[in-house]
Amino acid sequence: MTEAPLPNSFRTQPDERGHFGQFGGRYVAETLMPLILDLEAEYRRAKADPAFQAEFDDLLEHYVGRPSPLYFAPRLTEALGGAQIWFKRDELNHTGAHKINNCVGQILLAIRMGKTRIIAETGAGQHGVATATVCARFGLPCVVYMGAVDVERQQPNVFRMKLLGAEVVPVQSGARTLKDAMNEALRDWVANVHDTFYIIGTAAGPHPYPELVRDFQSVIGKEARAQLLARTGRLPDLAVAAIGGGSNAIGLFHPFLDDSSVNLLGVEAAGHGLDKEHAASLSGGRPGILHGNKTYLLQDEDGQIIEGHSISAGLDYPGIGPEHSWLHSIGRVEYTSVTDKEALDAFQLLCRTEGIIPALEPSHALAAVAKVAPTMAKDQIILVNLCGRGDKDIFTVAGHLGVTL
Amino acid sequence: MNRLASAFAKGHAALVTFITAGDGDTPALLDALVAGGADVIELGMPFTDPMADGPAIQAANLRSLGAGTTTADILAMAKAFRARHPAVPLVLMGYANPMTTRGSDWFAAQCAAAGVDGVICVDIPPEEDGELGPALRGAGISLIRLATPTSDAARLPMVLGGSSGFVYYVSVAGITGKQQAAVDSIADAVARLKAATDLPIAVGFGVRTPEQAGAIAASGADGVVVGSALVELVGQHGAAAAGPVGELTRALAAAAHGAKAGA
Repeated sequence: MTEAPLPNSFRTQPDERGHFGQFGGRYVAETLMPLILDLEAEYRRAKADPAFQAEFDDLLEHYVGRPSPLYFAPRLTEALGGAQIWFKRDELNHTGAHKINNCVGQILLAIRMGKTRIIAETGAGQHGVATATVCARFGLPCVVYMGAVDVERQQPNVFRMKLLGAEVVPVQSGARTLKDAMNEALRDWVANVHDTFYIIGTAAGPHPYPELVRDFQSVIGKEARAQLLARTGRLPDLAVAAIGGGSNAIGLFHPFLDDSSVNLLGVEAAGHGLDKEHAASLSGGRPGILHGNKTYLLQDEDGQIIEGHSISAGLDYPGIGPEHSWLHSIGRVEYTSVTDKEALDAFQLLCRTEGIIPALEPSHALAAVAKVAPTMAKDQIILVNLCGRGDKDIFTVAGHLGVTL
Repeated sequence: MNRLASAFAKGHAALVTFITAGDGDTPALLDALVAGGADVIELGMPFTDPMADGPAIQAANLRSLGAGTTTADILAMAKAFRARHPAVPLVLMGYANPMTTRGSDWFAAQCAAAGVDGVICVDIPPEEDGELGPALRGAGISLIRLATPTSDAARLPMVLGGSSGFVYYVSVAGITGKQQAAVDSIADAVARLKAATDLPIAVGFGVRTPEQAGAIAASGADGVVVGSALVELVGQHGAAAAGPVGELTRALAAAAHGAKAGA
């Protein structure tokens, strides 16, 4: 229960070269290396600067609406008939998901570095909206790269970004989804390194991004840990989060890594099933190098990247943040996966039992909880990160339920 | 003297040409490059996610992968090239994941067996050299590093250390095939690199025409790299691209070989 890392801490990664065990690193073109090194140096200074932390905390409190509530879910607990289920309600944040925590931190870094133009990639559009939001707040021009396929299926978020003043660029290259949007953002960055800051949306990419995104998102786990201790006098038996790139999950897990009594469960998207199309990099992939880091990837035997599939546009990325790959390899976090169908069932279960419409991303975490809660005792506690709200997903869900809106 | 060193010791600037393996009739294209006067051949290994490439080479990557090109196919093309052209240096260029996915020792051994002279890996900077560098050096394959306008004096020794064959100067901060850097800035950069290394300096990214190639050769560079302009011809002419590719190569070679440094 101490804040300081233990001698054998799981919380001291990455090393000075940005490696989490064999994962992570800085696999970028030479043009980007000096900038990556500058970013790392500036992040070290910002981390040690109380004024930076104070501004970050102030924005999180008054702009984002933190701390987000910790909520005991009585009817879901009763319906599942096992462990008590508690939600960290990051879906109540400004912009409707955890993504904003990271964007606030990164735009403060961009301003510290004197950058005057912001770029980002987005899949479902949540990170794009959060980035466009902080750019509007700070008056910086914002370009969001989004796969043309995602632009088509996420029109409400595209319109939100435009309302917020961002330019949304539909990416026509490759498979025209999230990974291609990230490729295009990297191409923009390499051509505009002098004035442009790239706000990466998940705890992946070249060092120091996995570390700094994790640090900004760790507010989730720090708050939840303190809130649960205050409310129940104890830590959870299990903490659960959904994983695409893994930023909400690492944000929840990291403050608990050295609490040996707390089991941690990350939930990947099994799509149509692990033997079919899916987005479960740990369960169905192997280590490789993409987008600046070494991590588990969906790939063929030649190392060509395979498209991920999930009902949730926020989870269908063929990679995963490198710290998750490391936590998987050492066994500190257990990783499982649930299918589109299971997530859809859990989505509806939460709507009806608690009056909360979750995003399809945390619906994956809920589906895993629905499996494990009944096997646990009634005095045990499961903490779930409800990382996004479901407004954006109602058209997708309606489609799958055969309803025309 | 090895093949790469010989290619840069002909008394004129070397023409370095790039095509993507498996895009079009690769053996015929490679022969056309050699016949047209290319001094060094870069054979691109296609990747699903070519982050450093512009639209022309992205499209070539997708065409090649769409046609089912595998790593084994590319190595076979290299081996066949070596049999047909014993003296022309061949460099594989691409991204880290396809090169390292079976282990760097495997890749280095395959390169050596296929008669490959060097490897350019876009997304392994010196900081991650261990991923590929030791295996290539152990197998006698040159690791050709990229230097860029953002490689400052502090980084340059690290970039050049462990590099061999030649240094590929990326003349623009950007992706392949796009804008062209000013010749003045190229001349300055080449002079800066030459002060720091004895390796030949080849300049690329955004070089499309014989005029540009000639100007770069005249700026003091030891080589000029042309890729996207050739790859676009393959995109336009498909299986019949060897003729147009050979023609452009001849014009580029005449310009690069005829230019006098300082002229």
